[in-house]
Amino acid sequence: MNALRRNVLKGATGAGAVAVAVAAGLITPTRVLAAAPRAAFDAKGMPDTLKALGISSPADSKDITIKAPDIAENGAVVPVEITSNIPGTSGIAILAEKNAQPLVADFGFTNGAQGFISTRIKMANTSLVRAIVTAGGKTYTAAKEVKVTIGGCGG
Amino acid sequence: MAEPMKIRATMQGDVADVKVLMNHPMETGLRKDAKTGQLVPAHYISTVTAKLNGTVVLEGNMAGGVSKNPYLGFKVKGAKSGDTIEISWEDNKGDKRTDTAKIS
Repeated sequence: MNALRRNVLKGATGAGAVAVAVAAGLITPTRVLAAAPRAAFDAKGMPDTLKALGISSPADSKDITIKAPDIAENGAVVPVEITSNIPGTSGIAILAEKNAQPLVADFGFTNGAQGFISTRIKMANTSLVRAIVTAGGKTYTAAKEVKVTIGGCGG
Repeated sequence: MAEPMKIRATMQGDVADVKVLMNHPMETGLRKDAKTGQLVPAHYISTVTAKLNGTVVLEGNMAGGVSKNPYLGFKVKGAKSGDTIEISWEDNKGDKRTDTAKIS
């Protein structure tokens, strides 16, 4: 068993423990999303990533706005801006669905920080950029397609 | 060592608009070196924390999927001109950097 696999397994059991703690109401979802398990970042493919994040079926929401170019010439730098108008937004996760490791970043907001994040991400292929918003213990999602002409993940 | 960040924070109404530019290679660990054909080891910022006058307002986790020299923009309600914004990050190799700026 190599070291990486070990870490992944460790991360996975850790994520499980977090999910249990949430279910028991021990910690608020804010903390969990802000502290997304490292395993979620290493997960390959959307289903595994969502599983690692502990999100099963987020509801589609029109209150999430994703501002990203329709066509990105350079996949290494794709500007993405996500605004959540859902009251009580506590976390935003950004995923590029067809990246080898879809979870790009996640952010947790407290003490007056608004449901807004602006950053630049890498995209390997044309795919959906998905935002997953946590608000009041529930998860919501929205997606926008970005066409990529030159992939930005090397290889 | 890590280069300093560029932080710009301005008030827009009662909301502080904060923009941060970090200096970091953000290697995914999946990219191959063109010359040697070897994988370039992963080297990316894993956690970012923003504080307003010492109180945490934003916590973020990142990975290699964020572009090189990451840009981060966020908004904080209830901040005032002259308040201090402190941004710190830590990468997967344990390197750290903290910078502060005043809201103008």
